[in-house]
Order: sequence, then C-alpha cells, then structure tokens
Amino acid sequence: MKPAFRDLSPEGPRVTVRFDDRDLALREGANLAAELLAAGVMPFRRTPVSGAPRGPFCMTGACFDCLIELGGVTRQACLMEVVEGLDIAMPKGRRDA
Amino acid sequence: MREVDLIILGAGPAGMAAAANAANLGLSVLVLDEQPRPGGQIWREVERAAPIRGDILGKDYTEGARFARGLDHPRITHVPGASVWQVDATGEVAFSKDGKTEVAHGRRILLANGALERPMPLPGWTLPGVMTAGAAQTLLKASGIVAERAVLVGSGPLIYLVAAQMVRAGVPPLALVETQTRRDLWRGLPHLPRAILGMGYLLKGVGLLGELRRAGVPRFIGASGIVIEGSDHAAAVRYVSGGASHRIACETVLLHHGVVPNTQASRSLNLPHVWNAAQRCFQPVVDTWGRSAAPGVFIVGDGAGIAGARAATLTGSLAALAIARDLGTLSEADRDLAARHLRLRLVLERAARPFLDRAYPPCAEALAPADDTIICRCEEVTAGAIRRNAALGCLGPNQTKAFGRAGMGPCQGRYCGLTVTEILAAFHSQTQAETGAYRIRPPLKPVTLGELAAMEEQTEGMG
Repeated sequence: MKPAFRDLSPEGPRVTVRFDDRDLALREGANLAAELLAAGVMPFRRTPVSGAPRGPFCMTGACFDCLIELGGVTRQACLMEVVEGLDIAMPKGRRDA
Repeated sequence: MREVDLIILGAGPAGMAAAANAANLGLSVLVLDEQPRPGGQIWREVERAAPIRGDILGKDYTEGARFARGLDHPRITHVPGASVWQVDATGEVAFSKDGKTEVAHGRRILLANGALERPMPLPGWTLPGVMTAGAAQTLLKASGIVAERAVLVGSGPLIYLVAAQMVRAGVPPLALVETQTRRDLWRGLPHLPRAILGMGYLLKGVGLLGELRRAGVPRFIGASGIVIEGSDHAAAVRYVSGGASHRIACETVLLHHGVVPNTQASRSLNLPHVWNAAQRCFQPVVDTWGRSAAPGVFIVGDGAGIAGARAATLTGSLAALAIARDLGTLSEADRDLAARHLRLRLVLERAARPFLDRAYPPCAEALAPADDTIICRCEEVTAGAIRRNAALGCLGPNQTKAFGRAGMGPCQGRYCGLTVTEILAAFHSQTQAETGAYRIRPPLKPVTLGELAAMEEQTEGMG
C-alpha cells in the first residue's frame, strides 16, 4: 500500500525511536505525532472503553486521541518533539483486559 | 513562587501581541504555552516553517514570525511546553512542565486560549484517518507532511485554504464535500455590504476558489447524509449532493465546520458566558478591553469570540493597554489614544464575519447527530444515549455527564460539550443558554498523582 502521507522535506538528521516492537527513524526535533504518521504508524492506541483503534484527530492538544505511553505515563504525542531513544508503547485495550 | 505583573496563557496571536505590548509598557510578563514553540495554532511553528514553506502556506501565515520574535524581550519570560492545569481569580496559576508543577502569581491574568475546531460528529468520525482540517494544516505547517488521497468535508473558509495549500504542495485533495447550500449564501447576502469593509477576506476567498478550480479539484455543495466508511481505518466518504448519491474512496477524511472559543479556562473560573446565536457557541462575557467579570482576569483573541488571528492581535494589544493602566504604567489619556486606532482596525477585521457566519453555517446533521453516532470520543457515548438520558429527565450537560459519562474522559468535554448542549436543547425545546454547558474543574489537563505529591513535598519543605 502507498503511504497515506507525503513528506515534502524528508531531509534532516534522524534518530531511532521505538514504537512497540518497531524501530523507526524519525526526524530529530520534529513533532512526534506527525513523524509517527509519516512513518506509517496507525493506530496510535486502542480505547479503554471498547478497544477501538484511534489516531491523531485535532493535533492541537485538545482531543487526547493521539495518546501514547512513555515510561508508564500516557502522553499526547502531538505536544511532543522527537528525541533519540524514545521507547513508546501503544496504549491498548479495555480497562478489564 | 514566581511573581510577575502579568501571566498570559497561550502564545498564539492574541497572547504574543499582548505580551509584547505589555512588556513595552514596562510590565513583567510570563507567557505559558503548551506547544514547544510560539505561534498558537494559526501560526504554529512559524519561525521554523515560514522560511522553508512560506510559498505554500501564504503571507497570512508568514507574517506571524514578526509576532513570535516579539516574545524576545528582556521583560518577557516564555515557557513553552507548559500545561496550565489550574487558574484562580487571585492570579495564581499552576502549570506542569517536564513532569513537574510550578505555581506562579500574576497581578493580572490574560487568557489567550484561542479556538477549537467545532466538534463534527458524523458516522465514522472516530476512525483512524479522520482528522480535522486544522490538523491537516498543522501537519503541513509543523512538519511538511500532507495527506495523500484526502477528502475535505464540511463548510467554511478554512476548507478552501487547506485545499489550496495542498494544491500548492503538489498533493491536491480528491474532492471538497461542502455542507453549506445556495440558500445559506442567499442568507449571507444582506451582510455583504458591510463585509465590503473586510474586502481583503472576500477577495482571498475568491482567489482560493480560483486556485481550486484551476487545479481541477471537484466541489460538491449542499452535501447531506454524510457517512465515513471503514472498519479499522477510514476507507471512503458517502454522501448525497445535487440529488445524487456519491461515494469517494479515500484514506484521509478532513472535517471542518468552523471554530469555536476554547472556554475551558474561563469556565473553570466560573465566569459568565453567553450563547452567540450567529456563531452557535458559548463565549465568555468581556468588556471592550477584554476584561471579564473577574476584574483581574482578561480574555482576548478567539477564546473570547471568533474573529480570526489579526483581530486577536488587536484585542490582545487592547487588553495590554488596560492592564498597564490598571498597574499604573500608563495614563488613562495615553491608553485611550493608543486604543483608538486599534479599535478602528478591529471594526474592519470583524466586518466580513457576519457574512461568513451565515454563508457557511455549521453542518446541520453534525449539530443533531443520528442516534448511533458517537458524540463523546473519549467515553464512546452516542447521541442516542444522550437522548435516552434526556428522556429520563436530564435537562443539562452536567446531568447527562453524571448519568452516562459523556464529557468525563481526558478531553474533559472539549469535543462533545457543544454537541451535548445542542442535542439537549433540541430534545427539550429549550435554548442553548438555558441548557448550559459542562462545569469545568481543575485539573484542566491531566496531572499525575506523583507530580501532585512532589508539589506537596516542596511546599512542606518551604514551611
């Protein structure tokens, strides 16, 4: 499948970020949610209520749909920048799972 | 505790303009903003993106760089990456940065929280691959990333701007599925003479439509019966336009039907809000300087009523004058003199608004969603569940929240509040103002218990 997003300026130094068990080469200092989308990551999480897949929706820090897990704390990916060595886990599943 | 003359929440157009003006009038200013860089949403990443993508994003975007540079002033402290989670009317603000909370005190508080895109609950809007049009624009501004095979759905000038920017980037959208009708345009016409004062906006709109036509981007107007199809990702948009059913296979769906004030902070302060019938949203009550019912708290920019980025810089500047007068660094005569030309420009900036509000009204079926459409994205509550609770006697959003959890998730009602108000108002045949809105309590953004505990230890250590 062709990628869902086109990167207009793919140049720039890249660093390694882990998303679950995938190693991704993302642009250093760039918006984390955007870089994950460009790398083909989807969904970002599963909801605690029904386990439905979700990805970034508002990109402004308001909707909380781009939540990811870092060191046991859920964070909004759209408010973060890429740094070397981020170890991201996908928040998955229902509260009772 | 950090102590300043003025704390500003938000580093968008209003916040940046207010900060620079207040600092120039001798005040010490602390600017708290959630993003890593200044600009707000409209000028997001402007300092990095304007030099490399200015041609795609246009002049209205690149002019933001001037305001971002204005934060570079010895009396301004800009704290990026700061999530404000509590504000009180005495001027105390608690914010979290890098997992640690700090409390600061300002003699005056200025809320410049900007706008949110109006929630647009349509069948399938929670699927991955569905975003707001503003989100697509943010991806382009901040990261130079453009959605391939995208369909824009909704109404309003932003849809044209985003579509034109995608065309300029060489990745045109597949189509524009627009929900406004020709009748809406007719309704706008009586407001057109006044809009001539805001001619610049109208000409820009005409220019954008020309760009889309030349690029061959199809437009469908008066669309209804909109459904986003897909099982675990958006796959197509289905709708009726011009009496015929259509289906467009796509990978990304970009929704937009206007923006509304972000009132989380002003609501948390229990300040009075009114229903703006023309823009179908709540906005806080402020005077012509931006002063709210709490004398030490000012609200400016789109967070006080939607008028756009340039108007936001003007209302931000006006509030800075009033605050400098309050704190004694500016005489009343100088304040009024400086305000005069700002007010004149504000009239011109707002002139096109009544026409645009009527010609591009919100999408009717998103204001009254079908029963099985999810309206609270966080807790996955449907419109039908809200109506069932309404039938049980819930009159307002706080009751349906207690009954069925809508508005109780991490976004705290930002993306369902207005929808719940509209559904309940329609169900009980009462006004939106009578129906009311969610009570907002701190924390305005999630804070970990560890962070709160660490704060407690700090306080004890000081005692």
